[in-house]
Amino acid sequence: MFYFALRRLIQSVPVLIIVITATFFLVRAAPGGPFSAEKNVPPEVVKALEAQYKLDQPIWQQYTSYINDLIHGQFGPSFRYPGRTVNELIEAGLPVTAELALYAMLLAVFFGVSSGVYAGLRPNSIHDYLPMSLSMIGICVPSFLMGPLMVLFFGIYMEWLPISGWGNTPGDKILPTITLGLGYAAFISRLSRGGILEVMSKDYIRTARAKGLPARVIVFKHALRGGLIPVVAFLGPAFAGLLSGSFVVETIFQIPGLGRFYVQAAFNRDYTMILGTTIFFSTLIIVFNLLSDIVSVWLDPKLRDQYRHNK
Amino acid sequence: MDNLIKSWAWLLGLILITFLSIAGCTKGQSNVEEGNIEGILHWGNGTDPQELDPHVVTGVPEHHILSALLEGLVAKDPKTLLPIPAVAKEWSISADKKTYIFKIRKSALWSNGDSLTAHDFVWSWWRALQPKLGNQYAYMLFPIENAESFARGKITDFSRVGVKALSADLLEVKLSNPTPYFLQLLDHYSMFPVHKKTIEKFGKAHERGTLWTRPGNFVGNGPFILKEWHLFRSIVVEKNLNYWDLKKVSLNGIKFHPIENVTTEERMFRMGQLHKTASVPIDKVKAYQKNNPNLIKIHPYLGSYFYRFNTKIPHLNDKRVRKALAMSINRQQLTDRVTKGGETPAFTFTPPDTFGYSARAAFEFNPKMARDLMREAGYPNGEGFPVTELLYNTSEGHRKIAVAIQQMWKKNLGINITLSNQDWKVYLDSVNNGSYAIARAGWIGDYVDPNTFLNMWVTDGGNNRTGWSDPYYDDLISQQAPVSLNKFDRYTIMAKAEAVLLENMPIIPIYIYNSKSLVHPSVKGIEPNILNYVLYKNIRLDSTLIEKEVD
Amino acid sequence: MVEVHKYEEKLSYKPKDLGGSLWSDGWIRLKKNKLAIASLFILGFLCITAVLTPIIAPYGYEEQNLLLGAVPPSSDHWLGTDVFGRDMLTRIMYGSRISLAVGFIASGVALCIGVLWGALSGYSGGRIDAFMMRIVDILYALPFMIFIILLMVIFGRNLLLLFLAIGAVEWLTMARIVRGQVLTIKQQDFIEAATSLGLSHWTIIRRHIIPNTLSPVIVYATLTVPSVMLLEAFLSFLGLGIQPPQSSWGLLISYGVETMEEYPWLIFFPGLFLSITLFSLNFLGDGLRDALDPRASKD
Repeated sequence: MFYFALRRLIQSVPVLIIVITATFFLVRAAPGGPFSAEKNVPPEVVKALEAQYKLDQPIWQQYTSYINDLIHGQFGPSFRYPGRTVNELIEAGLPVTAELALYAMLLAVFFGVSSGVYAGLRPNSIHDYLPMSLSMIGICVPSFLMGPLMVLFFGIYMEWLPISGWGNTPGDKILPTITLGLGYAAFISRLSRGGILEVMSKDYIRTARAKGLPARVIVFKHALRGGLIPVVAFLGPAFAGLLSGSFVVETIFQIPGLGRFYVQAAFNRDYTMILGTTIFFSTLIIVFNLLSDIVSVWLDPKLRDQYRHNK
Repeated sequence: MDNLIKSWAWLLGLILITFLSIAGCTKGQSNVEEGNIEGILHWGNGTDPQELDPHVVTGVPEHHILSALLEGLVAKDPKTLLPIPAVAKEWSISADKKTYIFKIRKSALWSNGDSLTAHDFVWSWWRALQPKLGNQYAYMLFPIENAESFARGKITDFSRVGVKALSADLLEVKLSNPTPYFLQLLDHYSMFPVHKKTIEKFGKAHERGTLWTRPGNFVGNGPFILKEWHLFRSIVVEKNLNYWDLKKVSLNGIKFHPIENVTTEERMFRMGQLHKTASVPIDKVKAYQKNNPNLIKIHPYLGSYFYRFNTKIPHLNDKRVRKALAMSINRQQLTDRVTKGGETPAFTFTPPDTFGYSARAAFEFNPKMARDLMREAGYPNGEGFPVTELLYNTSEGHRKIAVAIQQMWKKNLGINITLSNQDWKVYLDSVNNGSYAIARAGWIGDYVDPNTFLNMWVTDGGNNRTGWSDPYYDDLISQQAPVSLNKFDRYTIMAKAEAVLLENMPIIPIYIYNSKSLVHPSVKGIEPNILNYVLYKNIRLDSTLIEKEVD
Repeated sequence: MVEVHKYEEKLSYKPKDLGGSLWSDGWIRLKKNKLAIASLFILGFLCITAVLTPIIAPYGYEEQNLLLGAVPPSSDHWLGTDVFGRDMLTRIMYGSRISLAVGFIASGVALCIGVLWGALSGYSGGRIDAFMMRIVDILYALPFMIFIILLMVIFGRNLLLLFLAIGAVEWLTMARIVRGQVLTIKQQDFIEAATSLGLSHWTIIRRHIIPNTLSPVIVYATLTVPSVMLLEAFLSFLGLGIQPPQSSWGLLISYGVETMEEYPWLIFFPGLFLSITLFSLNFLGDGLRDALDPRASKD
């Protein structure tokens, strides 16, 4: 188990290096420099600015000095916010996005698993069709449609909930969380329903039922595990999806989170910010995928065997 | 299994109750109500400020904050925009209008108690002109003798630059030419004083982005001091007790909210979260004018929305073509139906009545004459006219205008235009490099004088970018106008230049900007003017006003 | 004697009951799924409308009516107009062309690459397989959304680039699925027979392996289209996807969001069409999966 984790960890390193290098050169290749402005910037000023940000050095030198800084945990100064380092900016935006992603994830897992299990336990009845149809809505109505519609209804017509900001007015975390989490709740609901169905048809469940165990015990002790496995495997990609989903949700609700900064940095050609956030996000995604892989192997004895034999 | 249903129903009920109770709790006191009682102004400030170093920033949001934290020698009267004393108690101007002597108030102090002296200004302007600092607004100081040479690195001895401290409270400034608008320039943030000891404590003078601008470190001489700076969330300033005019300051503080999205900002205003917005969504203007006319403030703004021509392109090199294109745009329809903000259609480049200067309108909306011109130029009914691309920076507003104009040109002239939009930075590069045919542009005047509009178009001017060149124009703007001592003569020279510009039409003026904002009735002291200039110490919040329902 | 006849009938060979090929069985099962068939009809209708749009659209694509402005649905404009007075029904129809095209083409690209890659990898086995799958693993771990955003910002919003970028993201899972299938099929007898007959590897892959992997591929492809469409709409919403004058449903929705208070129909109708299309594709995919997968049972 440990070696499996270690091996996967080591495998992630080349991925990260590719990400860093590719982003570094891609960003430099982009048209539109960071210092262009409407009021003409005289060449001496451009030179001075470039010197301050080391842009006048040959590109390989810039790359190596960037990697050097990275190893020391420094993402460099932001181009757009001259007084701030990218570290500071990430620190400012990260707690918000993390909170949003966490709440959305909790919502998705809680509602998804419970409705999926509920439906899976009574297949082909109304208790199955209703949640599954609702979950279909959750999958097919994207967040950038659901969000504004909820804003329109709850925020503007009904005036029940605030429609922008995060942490400024009480209740302003509700709509963004729902918008982000709903789609994933729907997907998780279907996944766990499928998982439960597969497990319930297994022989060992029939044995347990024949043994006369009460329903609650069967569900919580045996079936749930089977129902959770596909969900856990999904959590890794779900996390990546939540991060990118946060771009849209943060834009709609004007939330000062890392996702919105990333999109803005891309538009502003803030090289260091783009690089920093890309690397940061990528690392998070890789770590999460790794964790979810490890946990699902641990949960599912079949996969465990597979990995042991597959080397 | 029924237990499952019951437990689910319980859970749902619990959630519903929590939800509703949280929702119920949102009807607390709004920012505006609280602000009126505490004397805090909630100001919608558009984009998040990059920095708070006046020698590094370039934007309007930064300007609003810096005008609270710092003060220049001279300020402006919010109604007339004429100069009024600020740090300088009084000043004298020599007969040849090239030497100014400012007497600095003895009561002028920095926020940490230090005295503000003429030496502070000399040092600050030295820093602003430092080539290594890369100050994009250094050009504001160029009317000063030798300032430009120093900024370009041609001379390194600052004592040759025309600013000198004659004593602790007397500042002498020598200009290269009589510059009638010089007093206005002093109110721009690039000419504000900065605190030498603080800056040098945190780094070298030419270093960007040191910690001197953080709350707790920032030392300024304005009516407010920097209290909090939450990245992307808000900037809070509070009353500076060492300010020389403290008695006049009614506000206790200002909270600047960076809200980029115009629609969100308007909603926040409606919910009572803001006293004043930076802008108003286009589609709401008419509704406000009809239902809540006391809340919406619209007035002309010193800026021009125009299109540039790349005159190096063969078929655009013909001024008949350019004039035809200019004459076939129905500007009234544009401002009525597309921009809907009541903007003034522009038939000159400099906005009319710029401190008394009004150029003569040189053309009008005349599709028939436009067609005649096109025929003369060799494109009867648009035949043979190459497909031309219109470039604009990505924005809904610019797109709407471009689409409308594309249609007008098709309908009136029979020519085909394609549209292309690029992100801001890419678009700027394209225009700078001449990789465009026709490009949308906007220009806000830095000060109220036709020069800020007209000196763009001199040959190879940094802001020209059209490739158009006319030696007579250059002579009028760069040689004759600057040495003129008489306002009327000077304006006549500039009007002649503008006539040359409009006769050749390297640009198409489209409309004069409008400033639109929503202001809560409890805010008193904001006067409409063409620079959107606000004097914070004039503002007071009327807390006796009953909260009215905003529709 | 009579009794024997009675039993004979009962014992007689009814071809209908015997399992036919996977396809005919699947088709019968699919037909029973009313929802899937309805989805099929809806999608067919949308596709035909999309193709015929230039002919049947009521108004010109860019035809503005500035005097009219935005009006709610009326007899002249069934779905209303936008702020320029452009007919929304026409805009939505043209938008469907882009949205559906991106969906199908990008999925097609992903399909081709994924199937070839997975089939080659699974069939080759051994080190080649391990290497090819390692590449898939590495690419899988990359945060693609972020790269796509970067690419779109950097290289401009080129429709072709969009297809390629999206296709490049989706082929990975397809490759994995196909490879898994191929590994199973490889063990089967008829492959051994083909090999001993001396058929070339490429012929085997082409004629025997790939056709047998088709059923999960079809299912997954049908489910890829909606996620691709969603991705394109997402990018367009952020301002990074299709750019004007072309418009997709995603772009129309993003315009509608800005003015949704004053003109709610501008967000409602594009949103409705997008959702219905996604619904139909998902239901069809589900239906296909249930119909074609011999192992999946309803209970």
